[in-house]
Amino acid sequence: MNRFLDRFFHLSTLSIALLTLLVTGAIFGVLLDEAKPAMDALGLSFLIDTKWAPNLEKFGALPAIVGSILSTALAMFIAVPLAIGVSIFLSEISPQIFKTPVGVSIELLAAIPSVVYGMWGLFYFVPIIRDLFGGLGIGLLTAGIVLAIMILPFMAAVTRDAMNTTPDILKESAYALGGTKWDVVKDVVIPYAKAGIIGAAILALGRAIGETMAVTFVMGNVHKIPSLITDPATSIPVALANEFTEADGALYFSSLFYLALVLFVISFVIIAFAKYAFLNRGKRAVS
Amino acid sequence: MPTIIDITEDKAIEVKNFEFTYAGSDEPNLKNISMPIAKNRVTALIGPSGCGKTTLLRSFNRMHDLYPGNSYAGEILFEGRNILQEKEDMIKLRTQIGMIFQKPTAFPMSIFDNVAYGLRLKGIKNKSELADRVEKALKDAAIWKETSARLKHDANGLSGGQQQRLCIARAIAVEPEVLLFDEPTSALDPISTQGIERLIIELKEKVSILIVTHNMQQAARVSDYTGFMYLGDLIELGRTEDLFVTPCEKLTEEYITGKFG
Repeated sequence: MNRFLDRFFHLSTLSIALLTLLVTGAIFGVLLDEAKPAMDALGLSFLIDTKWAPNLEKFGALPAIVGSILSTALAMFIAVPLAIGVSIFLSEISPQIFKTPVGVSIELLAAIPSVVYGMWGLFYFVPIIRDLFGGLGIGLLTAGIVLAIMILPFMAAVTRDAMNTTPDILKESAYALGGTKWDVVKDVVIPYAKAGIIGAAILALGRAIGETMAVTFVMGNVHKIPSLITDPATSIPVALANEFTEADGALYFSSLFYLALVLFVISFVIIAFAKYAFLNRGKRAVS
Repeated sequence: MPTIIDITEDKAIEVKNFEFTYAGSDEPNLKNISMPIAKNRVTALIGPSGCGKTTLLRSFNRMHDLYPGNSYAGEILFEGRNILQEKEDMIKLRTQIGMIFQKPTAFPMSIFDNVAYGLRLKGIKNKSELADRVEKALKDAAIWKETSARLKHDANGLSGGQQQRLCIARAIAVEPEVLLFDEPTSALDPISTQGIERLIIELKEKVSILIVTHNMQQAARVSDYTGFMYLGDLIELGRTEDLFVTPCEKLTEEYITGKFG
């Protein structure tokens, strides 16, 4: 009887695990199928063409690809150091009475729906950026900052949890050799929590690159490669969200699926690369 | 009144009317402790769980200061000063009084960097000096043979016993005056334990040692002086052979003969 139960348990968990693979595969299949007409018509030049003019049946994805990568890179550039700073404060420096309220409010920030970040960005943040940096206020810079603010709490919360797993006895050992708080954070806590910190950054990256609502409000939806950081631009998810309703022609519709396929592949490649490059390194001998 | 032997040898540390209170505790957790710690000798602290032996040990390098609200009273005299004073330089103190913990605590870095860690904190940057002192420390901790060919490997690849020796090498690399051992073999197998005990006896030529152990045989094997603690009091301190053979206090006798504990 027990063996039967074990077998059942084995099979049920296995099938659930396989289901996730199946769903991923099915999504990829549908994207591929719907994108087929555009892939046939436009080929790989879709990826390097800069002109997106649906009325002329011209579809070039480069501005959206560049916009996606730049806004995500900007967001990570801002959010990663801040998130690490916040988590160092929460796990090592903050007095006990601050830890819980600040920690909970960070978790609450992480729970705010992205559309709210988008609205807040548009009505509150855009004018500030306009006054400070000139331009329309809507554009790459604003999108990057709003994205950074959006992914920061999530990343800080996960990073703090990773840092909190550092055993006290390990930290005490560094203090016992005459280490200061900064020495202990830099040499013990961060290296010990490295895998968790990188994992948090990868999850944040995945969230930023696919983020739609928050960015749609503040990026401008202009299919042009920005020459200034304050220029309006677009990203793949923004283009998809804005344009599906108005895609009248078959090629237009299929091009959007082609764009979605590109996003799928970019996300997959970036996350696979990040996992390979950062998470494996820790396992090898330290040099 | 406790029976504390009056030692005639040089003293590394002298504890006078020491009291310690944990944050949130109404009364002192260590009460009115006075004891000498002889120079270049091993002093062991024994006693049942919760008697305060580890708490006392952690007072000598002010480990309790890492957590808010703990307080000390009385004096711990070391090199002519009371290290419990507000103005005590904690970083300097901790390089003079090193510590080995209950479990091996290799840092997530290479074997070399582990041993060099304290030296680098002291500001030693010269590569050949670092290499010399790391080699010397590893030799003194009797782990040079196993590690010389793989100094750049991750320290966590070593066995538990080797890691504990590495931690000892790391502690002696900065050339402390005193070493505090907090049940250093409680996570180790008998063979590794034997190696660490032999090492402790060798090390006393250079440093004064205070060791907390829950293992009375270990105290008898490695120490010159033994103190017996009970419920936050130091009940008796004497030469190890005297304390185990002819204890002065009834409580000590009951403990070492296994009547409680």
